[in-house]
Amino acid sequence: MTLDAKIPQGPLAEKWSKHKFDLKLVNPANKRKYDIIIVGTGLAGASAAATLGELGYNVKAFCFQDSPRRAHSIAAQGGINAAKNYQNDGDSVFRLFYDTIKGGDYRARESNVHRLAEVSVNIIDQCVAQGVPFAREYGGLLDNRSFGGSQVSRTFYARGQTGQQLLLGAYSALNRQIHAGKVKMYTRHEMLDVVTIDGHAKGIVTRNMLTGAIDTHAGHAVLLCTGGYSNVFYLSTNAIGSNVTAAWRAHKRGAFFGNPCYTQIHPTCIPVTGDHQSKLTLMSESLRNDGRVWAPKTVEIAEQLRKGTLKADQVKEDDRDYFLERKYPAFGNLVPRDVASRNAKEMVEEGKGVGGSGFAVFLDFADAIKRLGEETVKAKYGNLFDMYIQITDENPYKQPMRIYPAVHYTMGGLWVDYNLSTTIPGLYALGECNFSDHGANRLGASALMQGLSDGYFVIPYTLGDYLAKIGPKKVDTNHPAFAATKKDVVDHVNKLLALKGTKTTNEYHRELGHIMWEYCGMARTDEGLRKAKGLIQALKADFWKNAIVTGENEEVNASLERAGRVADFIELGELMIDDALMRKESCGGHFRVESQTADGEALRDDENFAFVAAWEFKGENQPEELHKEQLTFEAVHLSQRNYA
Amino acid sequence: MSNGNMNLTLKVWRQKNAQTSGKFVSYKAENISPDMSFLEMLDVVNESLTHKGDEPINFDHDCREGICGMCSLYINGHPHGPKRGITTCQLHMRTFHDGETITIEPWRAEAFPIVKDLAVDRSAFDRIQQAGGYVSVNTGGVPDGNAIPIPKVIADEAFNSATCIGCGACVAACKNASAMLFVSAKITQLGLLPQGQPERYRRVQSMVAQMDEEGFGSCTNTGACEAECPKEIKLTNIARMNNDYFSAKLFREDEVHEQGH
Repeated sequence: MTLDAKIPQGPLAEKWSKHKFDLKLVNPANKRKYDIIIVGTGLAGASAAATLGELGYNVKAFCFQDSPRRAHSIAAQGGINAAKNYQNDGDSVFRLFYDTIKGGDYRARESNVHRLAEVSVNIIDQCVAQGVPFAREYGGLLDNRSFGGSQVSRTFYARGQTGQQLLLGAYSALNRQIHAGKVKMYTRHEMLDVVTIDGHAKGIVTRNMLTGAIDTHAGHAVLLCTGGYSNVFYLSTNAIGSNVTAAWRAHKRGAFFGNPCYTQIHPTCIPVTGDHQSKLTLMSESLRNDGRVWAPKTVEIAEQLRKGTLKADQVKEDDRDYFLERKYPAFGNLVPRDVASRNAKEMVEEGKGVGGSGFAVFLDFADAIKRLGEETVKAKYGNLFDMYIQITDENPYKQPMRIYPAVHYTMGGLWVDYNLSTTIPGLYALGECNFSDHGANRLGASALMQGLSDGYFVIPYTLGDYLAKIGPKKVDTNHPAFAATKKDVVDHVNKLLALKGTKTTNEYHRELGHIMWEYCGMARTDEGLRKAKGLIQALKADFWKNAIVTGENEEVNASLERAGRVADFIELGELMIDDALMRKESCGGHFRVESQTADGEALRDDENFAFVAAWEFKGENQPEELHKEQLTFEAVHLSQRNYA
Repeated sequence: MSNGNMNLTLKVWRQKNAQTSGKFVSYKAENISPDMSFLEMLDVVNESLTHKGDEPINFDHDCREGICGMCSLYINGHPHGPKRGITTCQLHMRTFHDGETITIEPWRAEAFPIVKDLAVDRSAFDRIQQAGGYVSVNTGGVPDGNAIPIPKVIADEAFNSATCIGCGACVAACKNASAMLFVSAKITQLGLLPQGQPERYRRVQSMVAQMDEEGFGSCTNTGACEAECPKEIKLTNIARMNNDYFSAKLFREDEVHEQGH
């Protein structure tokens, strides 16, 4: 099949307006004849469920947590971008669009990104109207801060808990529709497959995580809002439950997977302390507004710091290398995430890492505290500092934080066209779950923007067009496709439960994570990736022979849940390796050692790689087929990114 | 896999489901590192149980950074353990000492039935929010964000209430299993903000009615909820809620009645 991104004709700035007019509408009285299934209740899922319920559709929403409010969007800290230009500092829709395209290293689709920038302003208005308590100035108006990859202040925030407040806003809108009977909420349910009839998505199969009941649900369309797959690395800033299963099972039913190797390594996370570690904790990018990143100038000083014979605050100013400020004077500490991460890694490789393990650099607030006072710093970042103290037992008001990059976000995801439709008609992907807006690197404060943009302002329009075209004929779970898909799910569950080997699924997951981090992490080589492919294939074979899964299906069974997710992560890991091998250029978060500039920056190859890689599943243990969506740029000129 | 030097005894509540009765079972947690979080310590115990073919201890958890509200655990008589202002996932083993016996129970409240072992069903909280914890605005057609100026002190105060993570520690801490701190936090957040005014008195009545229907107890002003709240939500929220509730009951029945659905 050929990929059609369905990008509307016409000038970039008019595409979305024109498209909205061209889309078919479902009249208000007919909307109640349509059933919509939404999987995941983070920013994208909750906002879509609430909005579609308000419009009059019948919505069934699913989440694996005990409440829709727990989705991992809740953990986003720093903020949400919007081209409001409230600060009068030169922002505009075009500038937000431009920064996002450039930040993504020219590997995103122009039309989608422009639409995102356009609707960004509506998101802020919507959230304020819901009662989201954004930070404000003394005059009562909204406050902004700066984020990486931009030279304007366009980030709206709610202390260090912006994701929480935005999600609770969307959750409240969702609750209102649940109360009104327009949304039926299924908590502690995990989606295990998509049901297709004549090539169209018509429902899902779920497992009730309390009783083990495997059920089918029918609808006119299915929306996957199931987040990213950072947990393929085992250690990431994602929640423990975050997983790829819904997206992966959809992929195996025919939804192409876009740019799987594009993962974001966030520069400022709390370093790993030992093998027991179950997750990594992010320290918001907003800290780089006031914190200065540095490493000791010499290996000797670094050694003393590692041994503890020298304390960070005893290192003389002349012996410190503020490497981001030195190399990138224009953006300083606020370079994009991929650039900041790679530079920290470089310092560590040169032997200048600090902390017990040597895998860390400093993020120092001494100057900010001197300039602003401890109280102001506390008001801005207090909750982050508290979290740091809890985890490390060190006080960042007195000594610099130790930070190191960690996997944080996946730009790749299910391939979608301009309407957010996957290659299975009727199956949509929203938010982090899709590949669409961030290219090869996402700018800070843009994930919340995209999730809410997709859910509140894009899907309500584009979904209507599809529904109007297929008509309201009832979809029934009595169709044999439902029974057949359910049987596949039951077989898969039984296959997992039969595993009574010697290694826990957690151990397999950790091993997978090691392989991915080592060979498909911050730097990737042809040789390493080839090796990793073999390692993953061996791991997969071993998993299906030697894993241990305890308990039964008909009960609460965390062991079974985990086993299914790890099995899917292993398969995804192999596809990520294939994608990274194929993409011989460097771009954004995908750094191929063979392709770099003289200064060690990511070197793109626009002639050969200015495309989206969309992978098609061809059967178990078969190589996937690569499809290319060529990226064309009309509004921006492709150039080597330069933040110096 | 563990790499520390602490050895502990755990007394853990095990219960298959709400229909069966439960009991304490003792486990050894060995070679625990003080840098582990409490949940990572339980991970270690569960890994060893799995290796033995035993069923791991079931507990709720997700983000492990103190914000999703999914983790619970009543540790040595305190919701989220002995330290103030944090969730269980942020509690680290350096808080305990080698050789200590730690008692781990689920939240205990009639309105939170046991799911399995240490996990409970907190869906009552969702139903209370569904009864009125929102501003009734549809997507689109709202005023510009800066068209609603809000004094910074009011916005900050509303934010303090909005930080509630819905974990249920307040209920677990209360001798009456009262949910009033949880309910009042949302009522206070929206009651302070101009956006929340039109539905202020209807909201308080419907949320309180749902709270009562779920079987939560009444407030006795003891303040255990405030002391144990990982987000340090203040007792003054309850005072505000009571104020709005009485005001609604005494003077605004008609208004409330007309707005109700």
